[in-house]
Amino acid sequence: MSAPTSAVTATVPREQQGAVRRRRRRVTLGSVVASVLRYLALIISAVLFLLPFYLILRNALSKDTDITAPGWRLFPEQLHWENFAELFTDPSVNILQSLANSAIIAVLQTAGILLICSMAGYGLARIPYRWATPIFYATLVTLMIPPAVTFIPSFIIVSQLRWVDTYQGIIVPVLFSGFTTFLFRQYFLNFPRSLEEAARVDGLGYFGAFWRVVVPNSGAFFAAIAVITFIASWNAFLWPLIIGQDASMWTVQVALSTFLTAQTINLHELFLAAAVSIAPLVLVFVFLQRYLVQGVAETGIKG
Amino acid sequence: MSAPTLAAPAADMAPPAQRGRGRISGVTSAFWLFVGPFVVGLVIFVYVPIAWSVILSFSRAQNTVTPGDWVGLQNYIDLLRPGPFLDSLITFTIFAAFIVPLTFVLSLGLALLLNQVRIMRAFFRSVYFLPTACSYVVASLVWKLSIFNGVRFGLANTVLSWFGVDNIAWLATTSPPWYWLVIVTVRLWLQIGFYMILFLAGLQRISPELYEAAAVDGARNAWQTFRYITFPQLRATSVAVLLLLLINAYQAFDEFFNLVGNSSFARPPLVYLYYTAQFNQDFGHGTAGAVILALLIMIVTLAQGRIFGFGRAE
Repeated sequence: MSAPTSAVTATVPREQQGAVRRRRRRVTLGSVVASVLRYLALIISAVLFLLPFYLILRNALSKDTDITAPGWRLFPEQLHWENFAELFTDPSVNILQSLANSAIIAVLQTAGILLICSMAGYGLARIPYRWATPIFYATLVTLMIPPAVTFIPSFIIVSQLRWVDTYQGIIVPVLFSGFTTFLFRQYFLNFPRSLEEAARVDGLGYFGAFWRVVVPNSGAFFAAIAVITFIASWNAFLWPLIIGQDASMWTVQVALSTFLTAQTINLHELFLAAAVSIAPLVLVFVFLQRYLVQGVAETGIKG
Repeated sequence: MSAPTLAAPAADMAPPAQRGRGRISGVTSAFWLFVGPFVVGLVIFVYVPIAWSVILSFSRAQNTVTPGDWVGLQNYIDLLRPGPFLDSLITFTIFAAFIVPLTFVLSLGLALLLNQVRIMRAFFRSVYFLPTACSYVVASLVWKLSIFNGVRFGLANTVLSWFGVDNIAWLATTSPPWYWLVIVTVRLWLQIGFYMILFLAGLQRISPELYEAAAVDGARNAWQTFRYITFPQLRATSVAVLLLLLINAYQAFDEFFNLVGNSSFARPPLVYLYYTAQFNQDFGHGTAGAVILALLIMIVTLAQGRIFGFGRAE
């Protein structure tokens, strides 16, 4: 579960001030002690941050009696890999179905948000039209109200569309993100105009310029938004809980929550299911961290 | 949505050539092709629901979402009387009073610490950031069943027993201190790394010359540098982080729902509304509560905008 250093690329540019200050700093006893203390603090924090991940894995491969037992030990004597077979064949726990639901929903939601919000952001940033400003303000107003606060209103409209317990009920209402559109608009405002003008000279309309010039040159930004959206979608809980009421529509988060509160399955199965549910995200995290960090810096500050 | 090559008169900014068939070139049709789907969605899934809710909030709406049985402001009056809804706002206030300053200080501290080391910095940054990949549901599961399991042999109780501390029931008791510890630490673990990244990005933007100038001006120790250079330079980041923390705390649902459920003692606004609307099917009070919450959060955002200037393109 520990993040391999090799896969982690430093996006945050190396501090330049370090170079400046280093010259002035002499190696003294005090500076060595300070440095040791710093690393000590970092290592203790790192252990605390990794501990919950370790506990998930440890409990996932234990028997129930080892999860909370007298003489509890951090490192169990024996790993029970057969828990995997038990989890995936347990008829009362349809974890594969809920994993598939989560995957379908997260992938479609990410693709849909990228398509709709990037095009809207581009139109608002670049196409001079009299409705552009009013629509932009109508978008900004929605930023003041977080979607979670309006889940009851949204549920009402979904129920009127008879979309409760459907994929589209979970996916579609979330696609029209004012915030993502806002981010895309800000990004496209800073996109070099000269590139687009070259495309226009070549006879491409707005549509052609967008798809053939702007999108191919904006890979990093699209990737950053995609990673953030995918993680948020995979981990979403309240909205899928409200719309996906039938067990066949549960996402993995809803399934885990139900098992947690109802305690209908074994502890080790529950922990193994949790471990399986975070595995895709840890992979995304390890391989796409560069984009994730960029996305966080991008979405966080402007929010 | 789009009618290709229909908008010849509106094509005042039309691109040079209209070669090829069906190429969208008119400004009007191009605009609606790009922005139309978003606008339609925004109207159907944001504006219509909000308007519907405002109307419904003036109705008695038990087991129905059709307005009609008008009760005026009764739903609002019911909610704003001393009762579970006001209690939920108090719960949020207590929660925010813990989680906002703690996350702020700890994530800033970690960012400063990381910014001062060079060896293994990327590794530590990844480790602290890793919980961002974890969902509130999974984290609640670990906290509830493993770390803060109330039985004798949960991890926290095992560690405490080494120091001779008696068993603590954690979530199983309704007396205040212990369940707050569980609820606050789970969110701390999940979100510190996220805000640490924001602070790191802010720290990287501080010009090195400022530190040189400070050194020349006689700032000798780390505290003075932080007090007079680093912290003022992080002002924009700090304001953004505080607002985000507050708004996120306001929307707290997942960990409360999974850790303590529909408890009367720690039930933030969204959990209360969830049970009002989903379980009691009382959509009149549910929508009235949603309107109140939305208004409160708009006031906070606008006040922040007044003070710090939100929405200005940089």
